[in-house]
Amino acid sequence: MPRISNVTCPVCGCLCDDIEVTVEGNTITEARNACAVSEGKFLYHQDHRLLKPLVRKEGKLVESSLDEAIRKSAEILAKASYPILYGWSCTSCEAIRVGLELAEEVGGVIDNTSTVCHGPSILSIQDVGIATCTLGQIKHRADVVVYWGSNPWSAHPRHLERYTAFTEGKFQRSERRRYVSRLGSSSTLKRLLRAAKLALKRGLRMPESPKASPESELSRKGRKMIVVDTRKTRSAEIADYFIQVQPNKDYELLEALRMLIRDEELDLKEVAGVPTDQLEEVADVLIGCEFGILFFGVGLTMSEGKLRNIDAALSLVRDLNHYTKFLIMPMRGHYNVSGANIVFTWQTGYPYAVDFSHGYPRYNPGETSVVDILRRGESDAGLVVASDPVSNFPQKAVQNLVRNPLIVIDPHPTPTSILADVVFPSTFVGIETEGTAYRMDRVPLPLKKVIEPPGGILSDEEILGRILLEVRRIKGGH
Amino acid sequence: MKVLLLTGRTVEQGREKERSKFSREYMESVAACYVDEDDMKRLKIDENSNIQITTSLGSVILKARKSLRAPHAGAVFIPYGAWANLLMGSETDSVGMPSFKGVPAEIEPSPDDEVLSLEDLVKKHYRKA
Repeated sequence: MPRISNVTCPVCGCLCDDIEVTVEGNTITEARNACAVSEGKFLYHQDHRLLKPLVRKEGKLVESSLDEAIRKSAEILAKASYPILYGWSCTSCEAIRVGLELAEEVGGVIDNTSTVCHGPSILSIQDVGIATCTLGQIKHRADVVVYWGSNPWSAHPRHLERYTAFTEGKFQRSERRRYVSRLGSSSTLKRLLRAAKLALKRGLRMPESPKASPESELSRKGRKMIVVDTRKTRSAEIADYFIQVQPNKDYELLEALRMLIRDEELDLKEVAGVPTDQLEEVADVLIGCEFGILFFGVGLTMSEGKLRNIDAALSLVRDLNHYTKFLIMPMRGHYNVSGANIVFTWQTGYPYAVDFSHGYPRYNPGETSVVDILRRGESDAGLVVASDPVSNFPQKAVQNLVRNPLIVIDPHPTPTSILADVVFPSTFVGIETEGTAYRMDRVPLPLKKVIEPPGGILSDEEILGRILLEVRRIKGGH
Repeated sequence: MKVLLLTGRTVEQGREKERSKFSREYMESVAACYVDEDDMKRLKIDENSNIQITTSLGSVILKARKSLRAPHAGAVFIPYGAWANLLMGSETDSVGMPSFKGVPAEIEPSPDDEVLSLEDLVKKHYRKA
């Protein structure tokens, strides 16, 4: 049975390109090196999938021919005066390129999912600038790794193993054994407490963490990992030091750290629930490292402060560079959300929330971003590609999205597709269709085709290309 | 009880969404609210009992689960999904991004109400024109 190596995983922004896929017949039977989420996609993507285009008739979605679905979609988009074209982070750069051409043709607004994840980070990077690098540099050199508002253990399961604490770099050793033994002792303690609870019929508390002082935990040689979050996440459990920040107080904590790093006096006993003396020790560790990296997640962009939190994080790293080498990187979620930003920028000059209604690209997040357009009820049609806004947008935005004619291109049935007027089943990019995607550090990687798609199913790129041709035919009056 | 609502990703949610959003496993992974153990005692609720979470924008019934990521008294966690987003506002502070974390909310026991399946939730809250 054929085994295909160096397959790139089409799940998260890590884009792990060391997956070994075993194919029997036309079915993937094994995905070596894959994390739990990746394995779910490689092995079970065929379950519950759409196989025929659907068109809504008399209130019900019914099977239709591809030609009819293409014609109906083109009619909706050609007739609309302000359509929104949304999604794009779970498809290839090649499909995104066609989507941009379609948006320009129909004079619509095209936006990608970064609008509801790292959009504020992009706005802040445009304001402040960013000192960043590729993940390879971090793997080999970083001796202090900070995850702020990010839980890689759950959202980017192999990030630690491939790029930071658990990886064997040229100049930095893996700390996997230490972390695993710490996690093991913590689990054992929890099991003992559960057993004691059953035996004594009363609850016992986990003892307070003995690692009260950051200095004692962070003064050893080798890689060190610090997690800052509002909850003690799985990533926090294995970190050398965990800072529990109060919800919505990240900005205060970041600015307090900036003050300490600049040797300014902080006349407070605690900031955002963190004792100042501990913060002083953490500041010393950050200054004292040889090569530091701060990864930040949507914990910063989705909470109070939004882009201002990122301003503070980028500025903290800028301050640290007066003393040492320190870099920063957003933890990008979907596998090609970076690619969506990059292709949008090539084609229009702007990374997301691009409005073509004036005949040229305009960019003003807050006005031309899709959630704002939907909140104001301004759009009159929608095209969703490789995304599920009904599951991911606030209620009012969803209500206005589904009120208007809606086209969905997706391999799976989703809450968005069941409310659509036209639904196209598409191939899985990176499994049934090849293409290009950008990793979170903006390195492009090839996505492989490892099995054949079901008969008659086209890729996102092909479906969009057919709709574009039909829109041009309608608008040209042919 | 007044709380701050946090939403986010979990491995279980990530794995199940890649298989099917209409499966029982997906629903179990996201139609749940993780509450600090001390807050559960204060509210007199048990693991897997139904609770109502209400914000200024909406309300939803979910299963209460004891948080393994405690202590975080006064804060509750719901994995990303259609259930959590019924509670979120679409105001973006003029930057395009709604607030999905740190949202003021209220939780209370609701033993007589059911947790809606995804199909029923979509039917109840969203309609084609």
